[in-house]
Amino acid sequence: MPTSKSLARGVAMVGAGMSKFGAFAEKNTRDLFVEAFKEMKKTVDKGLDPSVIEALYIGNFSSDQFEHQAHIAPLLTDAIGLTPRPATRVEDACASGGVAIRQGVMAIASGMADVVLVGGAEKMTALNTAAVTEALATAADMPFEIPAGFTFPGFYAAMASAYMHQYGMKSEHLMNVAIKNHDNAALNPNAQFGVTIQKWMEGRIAAAVKKGKPAPTWSTIWDFLHDESGNPTVAWPLRLFDCSPVSDGAAAILLVAEERAHEFTDHPIHIIGSGQASDSALHDRPDLTTIPAAKIASAKAYEMAGVTAKDIRIAEVHDCFTIAEVIASEDLGFFAPGEGFKAAEDGMTARNGAKPINTSGGLKAKGHPVGASGVAHAVEVWKQMRGQADARQVEGDISLALTHNVGATGSTCVVHVYERRN
Amino acid sequence: MSEETTVVRPFSAAAFDQYIAEHKLTAARCTKCGGMYVPPRAICPKCHSEAMEWVGTSGKGKLCAFTVILSGPTFMIEQGFDRKNPYISGIVELEEGARISARITGLDMSKPAEIKIGTPLNVDFVEFGDGEAKKTYLAFKAEDTV
Repeated sequence: MPTSKSLARGVAMVGAGMSKFGAFAEKNTRDLFVEAFKEMKKTVDKGLDPSVIEALYIGNFSSDQFEHQAHIAPLLTDAIGLTPRPATRVEDACASGGVAIRQGVMAIASGMADVVLVGGAEKMTALNTAAVTEALATAADMPFEIPAGFTFPGFYAAMASAYMHQYGMKSEHLMNVAIKNHDNAALNPNAQFGVTIQKWMEGRIAAAVKKGKPAPTWSTIWDFLHDESGNPTVAWPLRLFDCSPVSDGAAAILLVAEERAHEFTDHPIHIIGSGQASDSALHDRPDLTTIPAAKIASAKAYEMAGVTAKDIRIAEVHDCFTIAEVIASEDLGFFAPGEGFKAAEDGMTARNGAKPINTSGGLKAKGHPVGASGVAHAVEVWKQMRGQADARQVEGDISLALTHNVGATGSTCVVHVYERRN
Repeated sequence: MSEETTVVRPFSAAAFDQYIAEHKLTAARCTKCGGMYVPPRAICPKCHSEAMEWVGTSGKGKLCAFTVILSGPTFMIEQGFDRKNPYISGIVELEEGARISARITGLDMSKPAEIKIGTPLNVDFVEFGDGEAKKTYLAFKAEDTV
């Protein structure tokens, strides 16, 4: 395995914004991307003249299937008035956004561009659930995994069954991750489900009473999460609240050559590490309790950055399902194998814990518009590192952060390390 | 050195499906390093050799991971599966070492927490549809089923 190379010159993030994530019948991918671009522009401290942007990389999984629209990159570039700049769509399933960031980093580090816009966008809610499920399934190995009847919840549920067998975790442990992510999302105005599970449950009770139906007998959120009518099983052991939703949304970040960062802000966020890896189908992996591509990608990113897992203060990781966050926390080296679920239970990954994970609310509660998620990770990192995360701000100095973005069951993983120097 | 004959199928998904339709679970083996792969590969991921051969398998394996799916894709719904009639998708490790995704039959789905990783399984082939529309799906059945 070749060691990671280094960046030929430094890359800095000088702006980051996102649209609201949710279900927006009247908005298409273009509308969402324009919104994200406008939000990003507002965050550039010294202002942005968009004409300085030289190239665009857009993460998008499947506008082809979701909107019957392929070739989305020049369309989004045109929507923000930036043709004839080179525009490239990046597709690596749910890792599309993170891999788009990597392309932007490489374009700048190589000297090919000084100012690059990296975006991510997905419009999923125009299709019904069955159609969305089938579109998402195309991220798996169609001839060799799908005939077995697997769905995406199913793949991660199978990983959970192996993890439970190996480490004694019970499915209830996963609920801690969902509770934490909803607690965080309740403080994120852009979140699709910006509500705690407590509030959600109370809303369900109130709605039943209002309709004249017998009130559900849930006293605590644990009653609710254990009840099939509140939290139905989707693919055992995973239930509704273990699964990220179907979402519309977009995010955009502005990357520049480090030596020009001062033209945009005096407080840039430097991207100092990047790692990416691929892998074959889930069934080819000897150990189903880990995602090998995540271990490789993070090792490369840490090596390039010259830091270790211990140095990372906060992380946005790919919680497409609760079990994915548990496994990620171990793959990234934050906790030993088999300890991730205990760390979540002990509150170590909460905002006030030793290793805050997914302060944005995660994919689970913030939303998961597939191509946008990897870029939205960077938006949260931007806000947290610059002290702009409002009510969900993590305390203290955040000089190092990490984003982890996974495609399918881990056939792609991309990790970036960010540094704030001033 | 064996000669290429017109009988050797390419190491492709289409050829694999053809074997499945014939109720055979056939693997691709690398003649250079012995690596065995099912589903098949045309190029060995271990040693990068292109000298592959088809070999039979015993059909015996064990359960590595599984899930009970209550909300499946259209082609499973068409076969009669739904929340009240779920099915199991799993990952099986063959006796020969290779692993594959497959339907798992013969297990009690009403108590998923009691299903044991490591349960011995035997290859099975599930057919659905008639004539031109008939499809054969790879499955593994738990031994000693009631």
